[in-house]
Amino acid sequence: MPTFERFTMPDAGEGLTEADIVTWHVAVGDPVTVNQTIVEIETAKSLVELPSPFTGVVAEILTVEGTTVEVGQPIIVIDTDPTGTAGPADSGSAGAAAAAGAPVAAASDVAGVQGGSSSEAAEGESGAVLVGYGVATAGTTRRARRASEPAASAAPVASAAPAVPAAPARPDAVRQQGAPAPAVSAPIPPAVAAAGLTAPAAPAGRPASVVPALAHPVQSVTQVAPRPGTLAVRAKPPVRKLARDMGVDLSSVHATGPGGIVTREDVLAYSAQAQPRNLATYVDDDAPWLATGQVSSDGRQTRVPVKSVRKRTAEAMVASAFTAPHVTVFHTVDVTKTMRLVTRLREDREFSDVRVTPLLITAKALLLAVNRHPEINASWDETAQEIVYKHYVNLGIAASTPRGLVVPNIKDAHRLGLKGLAQGIADLTATARAGRTSPADMADGTITITNVGVFGIDTGTPILNPGEAAILAFGAIREQPWVHKGKIKKRFVTQLALSFDHRLVDGALGSRLLSDVAAVLEEPSQALVWS
Amino acid sequence: MTEVMQSTEGPQVDEDTPLQLLAPDGSRVADARNAPYRARVADLDADALRGLLRDMVLVRAFDTEATSLQRQGELALYAPLLGQEAAQIGSGRAMAPQDMVFPSYREHGVAYTRGVDLPHVLQLFRGIDHGGWDSQAHNFHLYTLVIGSHALHATGYAMGVQRDGLVGTGDPATDTAVVAYFGDGATSQGDVSEALGFAAVNNAPVVLFCQNNQWAISVPTAKQSRVPIYRRGAGFGVPSIRVDGNDVLAVYAATQEALERARTGGGPTFIEAVTYRMGAHTTSDDPTRYRTAEEEQHWRDRDPIDRMRAYLVAEGLWDDAAQAELDAEAAALGERVRTYVKGLGRPAASSMFDHVYATDHSLVTRESAWFADYEASFAETQGGHR
Repeated sequence: MPTFERFTMPDAGEGLTEADIVTWHVAVGDPVTVNQTIVEIETAKSLVELPSPFTGVVAEILTVEGTTVEVGQPIIVIDTDPTGTAGPADSGSAGAAAAAGAPVAAASDVAGVQGGSSSEAAEGESGAVLVGYGVATAGTTRRARRASEPAASAAPVASAAPAVPAAPARPDAVRQQGAPAPAVSAPIPPAVAAAGLTAPAAPAGRPASVVPALAHPVQSVTQVAPRPGTLAVRAKPPVRKLARDMGVDLSSVHATGPGGIVTREDVLAYSAQAQPRNLATYVDDDAPWLATGQVSSDGRQTRVPVKSVRKRTAEAMVASAFTAPHVTVFHTVDVTKTMRLVTRLREDREFSDVRVTPLLITAKALLLAVNRHPEINASWDETAQEIVYKHYVNLGIAASTPRGLVVPNIKDAHRLGLKGLAQGIADLTATARAGRTSPADMADGTITITNVGVFGIDTGTPILNPGEAAILAFGAIREQPWVHKGKIKKRFVTQLALSFDHRLVDGALGSRLLSDVAAVLEEPSQALVWS
Repeated sequence: MTEVMQSTEGPQVDEDTPLQLLAPDGSRVADARNAPYRARVADLDADALRGLLRDMVLVRAFDTEATSLQRQGELALYAPLLGQEAAQIGSGRAMAPQDMVFPSYREHGVAYTRGVDLPHVLQLFRGIDHGGWDSQAHNFHLYTLVIGSHALHATGYAMGVQRDGLVGTGDPATDTAVVAYFGDGATSQGDVSEALGFAAVNNAPVVLFCQNNQWAISVPTAKQSRVPIYRRGAGFGVPSIRVDGNDVLAVYAATQEALERARTGGGPTFIEAVTYRMGAHTTSDDPTRYRTAEEEQHWRDRDPIDRMRAYLVAEGLWDDAAQAELDAEAAALGERVRTYVKGLGRPAASSMFDHVYATDHSLVTRESAWFADYEASFAETQGGHR
């Protein structure tokens, strides 16, 4: 018969409490073997690949990519005996065993993080799961003293729960659970009601009644205890495939089909809801804008927890903006000759396998300018009270990726020829788009280019990448009327902006650097003179 | 075979060049310096040579399984030895049963050669035991997590061996050497320098075996020492040698020489085995943050197991059938490790009183009794289970 085993989020470092799910390498229905890599997670320390502890077939994936999961929370269910057929009674005890065996998540997660819990409840064979699942932070619970001690009889509720390991834990946890239960919108089969009598519903607010309920021997609990809840999500195969293709976790989808089946429309609706939406056009048109968000109590705002790349971006920007006094200088430049060079290089056989763009020439121009003014290629060491001049250029390129803003850099870019640089930019952007930029790729940048022009923007006042002294914004290139050799001509014109850290870079240095970049873009042959 | 293989004369080799008997491609190396070491491995027969490969493969299988178990939440932490198999197996197999070893915490390969059942090593990493084996039964001390401190313990133990008259008697069954294992990072600790000093002036029968795996967590060897690490020994008057730590035969020969020197009363030796930690420092570490893929590839091309296998194949001592048999044995070991670890329960809380002192101690006995009473006062008491 199917035997369902849960894999709970391990502590992949020492003393970590949570990790982000980055990529699932398996999907529901996939066969897995012991030690096969099934998921990539990102902890506070590193990206880590997790190997499967079981051989079997993936029965359910409990956590969506991008979510933060507490250590100890189940992330996947694997059927370790998929060829067998389920007998109702057997599946019950197997599920109970799995539930009892797995370290259970902290109580506070149940409502929020564990999206599956409501559908579990709805599925219903599982009254006890309502409380048994995700509840037991039994670690600090006081144990009951022997009856001979007077304190024991006086100590009420708290005593009962921990006595029975598999049982539904402490009353206070039960109380927390009590709230979400009635909110479940799907029809509640009789089994829930029946199970409810034995454990979960009663205790809310009335501790006294808990004792008899929880005092039921383990046996009675295991009898009602069901398969692990999220297995219960029901959907037809094409809908499962749709969900998988769209990256939607079925267990978080609100089911509207008959008998609690998730329909195609449910998945589409959920997916639409996961995108930022238009403003509320009429009263009560408030729903969460993002799947990870929650509508505020007045129903007028969506609140999304700050985490992962967004969190780090915010920290870096605050650190940079409020420690380094920024100064930005601008230069408008005629880049017609650069555009001609780009066109020519695109036809050059030597550059046939790389992408030649104005950004490439700009990167080269910046490297040449840095070579002439190496003092700009430095950072401020506050603790040591030293300025650190770098003998190398790790050229950062700000990239907008599905996971947010990342600034990987091309190591030792100053040693690269134009073609090597083009290759470097191509590799770096491809890696960033695939979301595979490693911390090492982003570490130890020395100067950065942000290509705001791709968004059609003229220029901006960029914020320094922390640890660097300058950042160049490269604006959109437009055909504009321009005075050229005494006449008004149609020329390609763009704007450059350079922000620098005024603690270590004076206006003169920053201006000279920018002016040199502009000189190369205006007359690329200048590169011959300077290289 | 076209080269000057068995001649004792060959190209002159600088002392800083690690002693090598096998090149990375598995071919034999012959130069002026390694002639005496070539003689030391000449009596290894086919089974012994195959045994070295088998040891390394099994230890790596254990290592892989343990790393996975940590990722699955079964171990709190694990320190992988991936890449250092030759340094550990080569030195471990050179020892005699009466020799005593003081490991740091990555010496799973040495533990294996000392007869410790590998799954037991994981009791420490699961956090349920301070050791996992009887150190006296295996002459293999418990893992020392404090960096370098056990170099002093080993030296002191060796001085004890000396005073017990177990050195230089000429009886190969009782003359004893002591070996301390530590890493390149440990050489920056005062303890290792102190151990070298004590060992030298006392002529202690100790081998200070440094596995230079290039990285002290994230600090490269270049930031630990301006000179090759083995040269430290000379300043203390300790004979020292630098050996290719990914060449199991060279490590075997160099360690055997050092052990003989110790047992015969010739005093200490400092060995630097140049190797590479191909995995993370521990499972809490992410090496991609501080080293490059090119560097890892460079060392992957010098894999100790591939080297030995290539040698055996070239000598006609290894074939696909032998490999298949070994692979099956490795898979079975992995399975056994997994089953063993998953079956480990919680230790009884009362076990915390065990081994505090070597002999009975009145205070510990009193506290243990009090704790037993306290435990018994609960309605539901099941040893240390909560």
